[in-house]
Amino acid sequence: MDIKVSGLNLWYGDFHALKDVHALFCAKKITAIIGPSGCGKSTLLRVFNRMNDLVEGARIKGEVVIERENILDEDTDLVKLRKRVGMVFQRPNPFPLSVLENVIFGLKIHGLANKYEAEETAEQSLKSVLLWDELKDKLNKPALGLSLEQKQRLCIARLISVKPDILLMDEPCSALDPQATQRIEELMRELKTNYTIIIVTHNMQQAARVSDDTGFMLLGELVEFAKTEEIFTKPKDRRTEDYITGRYG
Amino acid sequence: MNSKKSQKIAFIFLLLATLLIIVPVGLIIAIIIQKGLPGISWEFLSDIPRKGMRAGGIFPAIVGTLYLVSGAIIFALPIGLFSAIYLSEYAKDNFLTRIIKLAIVNLAGVPSVVYGLFGLALFVVFFKFGASILSGSLTLGIMILPLIITASREALESVPYSFREVSWSLGASKWQTIRNIVLPNAIPGILTGTILGLGRAAGETAPILFTVAAFYLPQLPRSIFNQAMALPYHLYVISTQVPNVDEKIRYGTALVLLTMVLFMNLIAVVIRYKFRKKKKW
Repeated sequence: MDIKVSGLNLWYGDFHALKDVHALFCAKKITAIIGPSGCGKSTLLRVFNRMNDLVEGARIKGEVVIERENILDEDTDLVKLRKRVGMVFQRPNPFPLSVLENVIFGLKIHGLANKYEAEETAEQSLKSVLLWDELKDKLNKPALGLSLEQKQRLCIARLISVKPDILLMDEPCSALDPQATQRIEELMRELKTNYTIIIVTHNMQQAARVSDDTGFMLLGELVEFAKTEEIFTKPKDRRTEDYITGRYG
Repeated sequence: MNSKKSQKIAFIFLLLATLLIIVPVGLIIAIIIQKGLPGISWEFLSDIPRKGMRAGGIFPAIVGTLYLVSGAIIFALPIGLFSAIYLSEYAKDNFLTRIIKLAIVNLAGVPSVVYGLFGLALFVVFFKFGASILSGSLTLGIMILPLIITASREALESVPYSFREVSWSLGASKWQTIRNIVLPNAIPGILTGTILGLGRAAGETAPILFTVAAFYLPQLPRSIFNQAMALPYHLYVISTQVPNVDEKIRYGTALVLLTMVLFMNLIAVVIRYKFRKKKKW
């Protein structure tokens, strides 16, 4: 499922956080958004599931179209939108519940499944994040006792169980060690066959490794948006080149 | 004076100040136990007062206090909890909200006798509930509301924001998030505050003085519109209003009241301790 962004502007009070952003995020691809801290990349990500609505004084203009619907419309069904557009956060944040309860939390909220179906979905979700073999005997153990990597996988499983189309990942590996990071990246590659994935990352190597498209942001502007190889080998904009060669960041 | 010496003097003063706090508390408890324990017997706990309260037991006062405390909590817990949820989860941080929060904090500092007068004017006179368990419970309930609201708000606000964020991002509504994620994790804190409130309600005399307490009523109340005896007021009566009451009875009553209140506080401490050990975020 594509996301088409056009003329997107966002303000926090007087601060112009996103400036006239245009982009097309393609289905079954991983798009990375890179840029220095405070450039608006997380803000952009949070437009797609309308999490910015929660910030007081946030105003937004423009269009973000998912499946012929402008999700910025006043009457957008936020529950439906957030079921379709899931988010993985920077810090692995399972609820202080059991592993199973975490995975089926979304189903419970949406009243989707009876006990049998829920367990079925939980199994599939855990399998798709490659946790099933490790955790199938620990489904009733508290999720807070897992390792950081397991927690982050569990959070992804919790998302997948509500069957979204789009996965937003806000620096999903920044709390993990290099090996765990590598394994989560593998998982992302596997997941992209079924999902549109947008990842915000500080880590340029990560963007280069996993993404198909990359957008570079600076001071609220989407400076350049192209195929990842192009961005990293022959960037068109001077500022992009400066950033990826490490001249600032 | 060299620094070693001044350090030593400071240490002694700080230690003395601390001991000074412990000593009176310890003494009070020791004296009450020493003088009250001989008065405690099954008969004392289960019999009505006899011979103008100079003999017999304190059963009606115990029951009265239990009624009052339960009534206060039935009234104050839901209202306190709901307003705490509103204040911590829904209210925008504006002038009105800040005024409300300030008012609640100040309410906690209002002298209890003022609550008593308020209860007299509102419940006893205006609503015509008369001096009754209902009036007394409502008055005590209002008195402990600020305590419950403050404790509940703190408990709710200590649940990490990230839990809420994840829940919303999964499509849960604000209320679903509160019910499924925020409340369950706040319950120990809410319980602790509630039990401390109970202890306070059980021990206060002034709020029940005009609203419920009976001087001498050697029978159990039959409905919430009856007057009732209550431990703190009974203690006041037998200590100051009735001559020649045996010391055993006075201190025995004090011991029962003290035990009830300390027991509730102990429960609160245990809950808090257990929860702290379990908490991992």
